[in-house]
Amino acid sequence: MPMKLQLKIWRQKNSDDLGKFNTYELKDLNPAMSFLEMLDTLNLQLIKNKEEPVEFDHDCREGICGQCGVMINGIAHGEPKNITTCQLHLREFKDGDTIVIEPFRAKAFPVLKDLKVDRSAFDTLIASGGYIGVETGQAPEANTTPIPQEIAEQAFDAAACIGCGACVATCKNESAALFVGAKISHLASLPQGKAEREKRVLNMVNRMDELKFGHCTNTEACQVECPQDISVLHIAKLNYEYLRAKFKK
Amino acid sequence: MANFIAAKIPEGPLEKKWQNYKDQAKLVSPNNRKKLEVIVIGTGLSGASAAASLAEMGYQVKSFCFQDSPRRAHSVAAQGGVNAMKNYKNDGDSVQRMFFDTLKGGDFRAREANTYRLAQCSAALIDQAVAQGVPFAREYSGYLSNRSFGGVQVSRTFYARGQTGQQLLLGAYQALLRQQAKGKVKIFNRHEMLELVCENNTAKGIITRNLVSGKIERHAAHAVIIASGGFGKIYYLSTLAMGCNASAIWRAHKKGALMANPSWTQFHPTSLPQSGSYQSKLTLMSESLRNDGRIWVPKNKKDARNPNEIPESDRDYYLERKYPSYGNLAPRDIASRAAKEQIDNGFGVGELKNAVYLDFAKAIKDLGKTTIQKRYGNLFDMYEKITGINAFKEPMKISPSAHFSMGGLWVDYDLQTSIAGLFAIGEANFSDHGANRLGANSLLQACVDGYYILPYTLQNYLATQIDKPKPATHSQTFIDAEERVKTQLQTYLNTNGTKTPDEYHKELGKLLYDYCGLSRSRKGLTFVIKEIQRLREEFKTNLLVLGDTNQINSELEKAGRIADYFELAELMCLDALNREESCGTHFREEYQSDEGEAVRNDNDYAYTAAWEWTGNPSQPELHKEKLVFKNVSLSTRSYI
Ligand SMILES: Cc1cc2nc3c(=O)[nH]c(=O)nc-3n(C[C@H](O)[C@H](O)[C@H](O)COP(=O)(O)OP(=O)(O)OC[C@H]3O[C@@H](n4cnc5c(N)ncnc54)[C@H](O)[C@@H]3O)c2cc1C
Ligand code: SF4
Ligand code: FES
Repeated sequence: MPMKLQLKIWRQKNSDDLGKFNTYELKDLNPAMSFLEMLDTLNLQLIKNKEEPVEFDHDCREGICGQCGVMINGIAHGEPKNITTCQLHLREFKDGDTIVIEPFRAKAFPVLKDLKVDRSAFDTLIASGGYIGVETGQAPEANTTPIPQEIAEQAFDAAACIGCGACVATCKNESAALFVGAKISHLASLPQGKAEREKRVLNMVNRMDELKFGHCTNTEACQVECPQDISVLHIAKLNYEYLRAKFKK
Repeated sequence: MANFIAAKIPEGPLEKKWQNYKDQAKLVSPNNRKKLEVIVIGTGLSGASAAASLAEMGYQVKSFCFQDSPRRAHSVAAQGGVNAMKNYKNDGDSVQRMFFDTLKGGDFRAREANTYRLAQCSAALIDQAVAQGVPFAREYSGYLSNRSFGGVQVSRTFYARGQTGQQLLLGAYQALLRQQAKGKVKIFNRHEMLELVCENNTAKGIITRNLVSGKIERHAAHAVIIASGGFGKIYYLSTLAMGCNASAIWRAHKKGALMANPSWTQFHPTSLPQSGSYQSKLTLMSESLRNDGRIWVPKNKKDARNPNEIPESDRDYYLERKYPSYGNLAPRDIASRAAKEQIDNGFGVGELKNAVYLDFAKAIKDLGKTTIQKRYGNLFDMYEKITGINAFKEPMKISPSAHFSMGGLWVDYDLQTSIAGLFAIGEANFSDHGANRLGANSLLQACVDGYYILPYTLQNYLATQIDKPKPATHSQTFIDAEERVKTQLQTYLNTNGTKTPDEYHKELGKLLYDYCGLSRSRKGLTFVIKEIQRLREEFKTNLLVLGDTNQINSELEKAGRIADYFELAELMCLDALNREESCGTHFREEYQSDEGEAVRNDNDYAYTAAWEWTGNPSQPELHKEKLVFKNVSLSTRSYI
């Protein structure tokens, strides 16, 4: 059954522009189409009418690179829980629906154009300590340190973060606590990560504040919209690690 | 008559070559390293590992990617795993065996010395990744776990759930950002390389476009490394990311770097089929599904029944029928080709009749739903997310999709291209996989190139550059290169025709898929070359790109990539036409046995075809690198 949709999309020429919503109509859409393919379809229609297409970020289109991400009817990545924008399909909507599409909004993520935002603050956070300081060639034989399976699994759960920024966009405080918590938790749970444990958490938390991310007030909205279902327990772990490091200092 | 080229393979027995090389390679002293600058294009596993390692050594590194963060390079999407010779399972694995499996998997069309080195360096990678915090799967004992992957008889694949590429990449990315924080690496996100700058056949730098401001920038360095990944996206529908492109390697090719075996593309047998003309991407479903799923089509072309209502007697389990000993686990190229044959003969299923069934009913009956859920739960979820279908209740529909480029820039043993100071690593080069890549070998190759090989071989080159000043970006060569880029971009905008880059890409992709894809023939290739030429000419006069160059303009980015694809596409067809044999993924219909199996011709085609740009895309010049096999005897790949 072909679908008809009305799209209210945020258009903004560049970071200085104020921006506004434009409304577009699309007909004859196939419900098996992905959300981003719908935007492709819209863009084709716009270009043919000599109107500039809507810019949006995307790359892998399979939920793993973390490059896509928009607010869909006020929800980061749309209503179904724990998916990315590129994994959303039109069958989740009803014929005749109006869909409001906006960029992820946060002071730390300035809008570049239309739906594209600058998330390089996340890279800056990782650069401030989100690593284990081992250099190429220094590593010992991998099996010298057995790591209990449940610890490895826990570390994986945290490491699965795709860096999409939905947690920040969803959070009323624009906090990056889930993103940072996931990295702290991943590295602190592994024996290899212990040497830099205190330094890492202190640096990352300080940098988070400098980059205009807000504070976490435990509303837990982030986990629901996180494509990887990263648990808010990692935020608790972040707080624990932070206090522990402060105390040690 | 083609010219012969040499790969500069070190002397000595196979197992000593790399050590001999390292023992004799020139070094650069630490205080000289900081005077030397290196450009790395790409932040995937190969680029990020190279950039981080070189910065750790003390070189000044500039790292480029077109995404908004280095962490998004398409290495992130690799699911299955990474091979390494650890022999943790005590199942008889050895460097020699891994070397042989890789060479045989590639149908004896790879270089012995490179393949051997890949196997030799594999173990260290696992150590490195674990030290970086990569959470590989583990046994209850806490030791690392392994599984086996297609085409081999030992368990040498390490994995991190279905996200191995992501986890390895995050390790390399974090190492890269650590060097950025130390001021050793400058990262240029959202930058696209649009030109290689050369003087006297030596790489001097690149021209890039800042994809946010649109600014065209000049960057000079003592050496340039291309780590730009695969170009399977040329087929439009593929398992690659939307931005994957051939532009970096193609622009280097047009400056003199040879392109090797460009037509060798691996098609993955278990991707999701196209559901409509709007489709932009074919998602890969892990190959591991073939361990328990059975592939079939209805015996009757017109059978419109729901698959569950088609009785056993009316089904054709064609892989089990044709390859009784390997069955559903036949290697990728064979499984893909067999699926295409069914679809082409009208036996395809689904609305567009472009898929085959992958059925778990028997496995669920034999092993129970819980076991299947445990083994493939996440894949079944992913399938349902995309298709809305529950694969516990109904067979999956799958089809082959373009996946991996074995071809790429020709490199010698040093990973140096035919341009001095220009190196190519990862999927961008052609080196280690021959005519068919074994599963889980390419994450390995990307990492080994970047962490372990390039740091030695590049240093060997840089040692000759110590006294040379960094090339100046105000030289005439740079100015001219920048002008060319600007003119070209403006041309796309000025054309003002009626068709968008995507429309051309889809048309080109379909032509290639049909005539230079899973199977090729002289007749088809000759025909499609004309079609590509025609479409390329049309593209030049009928392209439609709006906006300007001084802002974010995705359509403009696409236009440049498609222009390069148009030229590369013709070279792929010429390469496929030239090779009058079937080997690995390259299946020439004229060269098959009575049973329909590939027939290789070792007498005439045991060489790498390395093509030189002559200025005319229709008349490249062929160079040959003879493949000499001293350590294996060439056998016929048989999976029957
Ligand atoms: C879906 C999928 C699953 C896979 N699964 C496996 C697996 O399980 N095991 C395995 O071994 N292999 C697998 N592979 C293959 C493997 O992932 C790739 O071969 C490998 O990751 C390539 O790494 P790379 O560093 O060469 O390139 P990529 O990771 O693709 O990185 C390319 C980089 O180059 C940059 N770039 C490209 N062009 C330009 C330009 N013009 N200017 C600036 N920057 C540019 C990009 O921004 C990016 O940073 C899979 C591939 C796919 C597509
Ligand atoms: S924690 Fe989740 S929502 Fe936040 S960046 Fe990571 S994957 Fe995205
Ligand atoms: S495009 Fe990669 S996660 Fe959506």
